[in-house]
Amino acid sequence: MSAARYAIGIDLGTTHSALSYVEIAKCEGEEVDQRILAIPQLTAAGSVEERPLLPSFIYLPHPDEHTPGDLTLPWGGDPTRVIGEHARRQGVTTPIRLVASAKSWLCHPDVDRKAAILPPEVPSDVQQLSPFEASVLYLSHLREAWNGAHPYDPLDGQDVTVTVPASFDPAARELTAEAAKAVGIDNLVLLEEPQAALYSWVNDSVGRWRHDVKVGDIILVVDVGGGTSDFSLIAVTEQDGALELTRVAVGEHILLGGDNMDLTLAHVVKQKLKKNGVELDRWQLQALTHGCRQAKEALLADAEREAYPIVVPSRGAKLIGGSIRTELTRDEVTETLIEGFFPEVSVDERPAQRARGALTKVGLPFAQDPAVTRHLAAFLGKQAGATEDLEGFVEHAHWASFLHPTAVLFNGGVFNAEVLRDRVLQVLNQWLAAEDAPAARLLEAHDMDLAVARGAAFYSYARNHGGVRIRGGTSHSYYVGIERSMPAIPGMEPELHALCVVPFGLEEGSEPVMPPQEFGLVVGEPVRFRFFGSSVRREDQVGDLLEEWSEDELEELEEIQTSLPADKLKRSEVVPVRLQAAVSEVGTLELTAIPTQGKAVGETSDWKVSFNTRGGSSADAE
Amino acid sequence: MTDEKPSLFERLQPLMQRLQPLMQEAKRLSIRGLKLARHWLGIAARETWIVLKRLPIASYSFFWAMVSPEYAQRLTDLYIDGASTLTNKASRQRAVEAPPQPQAVLQESGPDSALVLLSLLQKEGRFLDFLQEEVSGYSDHEVGAAARVVHDGCRRVLDDHLSIAPVRDEAEGSQVTLQKGFDPSAERPTGQVIGEPPFTGSLVHRGWRALDVRLPQVASSRDVRILAPAEVEL
Repeated sequence: MSAARYAIGIDLGTTHSALSYVEIAKCEGEEVDQRILAIPQLTAAGSVEERPLLPSFIYLPHPDEHTPGDLTLPWGGDPTRVIGEHARRQGVTTPIRLVASAKSWLCHPDVDRKAAILPPEVPSDVQQLSPFEASVLYLSHLREAWNGAHPYDPLDGQDVTVTVPASFDPAARELTAEAAKAVGIDNLVLLEEPQAALYSWVNDSVGRWRHDVKVGDIILVVDVGGGTSDFSLIAVTEQDGALELTRVAVGEHILLGGDNMDLTLAHVVKQKLKKNGVELDRWQLQALTHGCRQAKEALLADAEREAYPIVVPSRGAKLIGGSIRTELTRDEVTETLIEGFFPEVSVDERPAQRARGALTKVGLPFAQDPAVTRHLAAFLGKQAGATEDLEGFVEHAHWASFLHPTAVLFNGGVFNAEVLRDRVLQVLNQWLAAEDAPAARLLEAHDMDLAVARGAAFYSYARNHGGVRIRGGTSHSYYVGIERSMPAIPGMEPELHALCVVPFGLEEGSEPVMPPQEFGLVVGEPVRFRFFGSSVRREDQVGDLLEEWSEDELEELEEIQTSLPADKLKRSEVVPVRLQAAVSEVGTLELTAIPTQGKAVGETSDWKVSFNTRGGSSADAE
Repeated sequence: MTDEKPSLFERLQPLMQRLQPLMQEAKRLSIRGLKLARHWLGIAARETWIVLKRLPIASYSFFWAMVSPEYAQRLTDLYIDGASTLTNKASRQRAVEAPPQPQAVLQESGPDSALVLLSLLQKEGRFLDFLQEEVSGYSDHEVGAAARVVHDGCRRVLDDHLSIAPVRDEAEGSQVTLQKGFDPSAERPTGQVIGEPPFTGSLVHRGWRALDVRLPQVASSRDVRILAPAEVEL
């Protein structure tokens, strides 16, 4: 048990960050007193306000853009980086200086995550940041805000949970943990966001959740935030007579969220205005997007309303003369949002994939199919066998084409609209009805914008002070690629085998695992391995060598590398090693190369094998 | 005999003549002394009278302060807080005795927070643009469209920076009673304002009360007189 006074949860979101906390001494069992930290931030030049959410935006101001002192925060702050509300506003008019969606870049496989690349493709006198630095900046802003409010209990002495998308790969998780360490958070654990949402639900129910679910339930968590969609499946199991939660599957990283929806509506209205000969500039489009968001919320909340007026204010001082009046109709919302993003599809439909042009600029890999329901169908279809190994679960009907969830928990600002929750549930229940399965029920969630931070704080508390925990371990099994030695055949790539180094569901803090195979590593030269992950091959054990697999089973991740320092050993000597894998208490995957006869040769220690977060394509280009 | 021997009177005569000025001097002095004594006595008597005139109120206060704890408290308040906090009966009694005195000090309201609020209203709701524009040339339709921007934005400012609640929770038009000792700055009786409270009447306006004000912290370097900066697109 740690000596921390507070248990803290940090939601490091793509578009917003939040910090929730509980005072440990004031908690009793599952009754937890949750609070949200009011985060001081610049809301205009020279004005600081406290808000519960910190918009995840960084603005890099020109030295002459502000009066010196106008960017002062309660703790001083760095005047060359503006974080929060003011950054977002400034970015509307000066996008070349705005760093946005840094979190999506943090798990972008094709770029160097520690190179100064944000904002992308800007004039050279803008000092760029790396996605990693951006995460550090958000966390240090939260740290200063916390320390200002709790001067006697600084953040580095508290139990802290930072959330990551369930779909984050090991490298992105490690970068997040590294960023948290960089701001001095020592008692750190990582938690997947859909799990945090479920913890928040458990917390809100104050113990009642045990009556709301039963053994055999499969809870589908659908989390559609501002920039990303995340799915997870969590099974309700039993251990020694007590209910337990086990995360059985997570979805892929889908860059699709509420912001896309507002932008789409704005473009619909923009086209409508264009037909009447009205052109909008970038600033007006932003104002229109804002207006569309409000109109959308009003129309989705009130089924009687047929249209909602939108006024795009003029940018100049002539407000009445220069404003553009238009409206968003119910048909447009229904057609664009509900049919566009949540269409009624059959469960065997899959997201459309377009081949990317060869000359595309490096940008974020946005989802190419906007249909959330189609992504959901793909996820459930892929995970049809996710509960096969769990005890107490009904043997899945062999003809079931997808995994049948029995309950749904929604999270993310998008699902504040009841219409959209109903729509997803309705589509899901149609799929279930088609396979004669009982309809899934809705688990009522509250406060979808802050649920992840609240759930994370609850987890921080529960993991040290007793309370329900979601078990799960690694959401994938991991493999290294081994080339079979064979005579070269022109036009044929050498055959690749995959050696399982991490089994599915390896839990945090458990014994390290080590496949028996040995590798010969060359001293003094960096060695790279191809690295693969699978979210469906649950039965593979450490040391299993796969000779063939179907294409959608294994997904290639960024390669891993290690370099053996040539201090005690002769350069270019070959040392036999074995690869050991462990999941740290923090929740990151750690790979180590252990020399098999190392101790005999001399004081060679173990070598850390690191994830190559420098990006495949850019590394090739160097 | 009288010839031969000067009479006592005659003998005394020169002495008397020499004493004469002294006597006159003494007489003058005694008159002055009397005058002086009368003057001081007069003053003393007047002062005594002035003091004695206060005897009834002094003994009344003394008596009531001993008898009534409420009165004693009121006197205590009077001594400790000064005259302005006296309430009800005591203030009315005092008003009879002394000319009414101003009960509070007039202050300049600082311009800074007003300017900060104004710039917020402009930033979010284009408040200044709306008020500064000449509306007579536009149709109601056009003014109405702009009013949406203003209403929407200014309301957001109010929601974010102030907590505003009605003073009276009853529906407008319902019968309400103003109890004795009501706060006239929060509840204003109008019309037939006669007699003593409680007053009963119909609620015409519910009133508004700011429960909380949360204006942003402003950096000392910021010129708050700039309500909206001029924008130059490069």
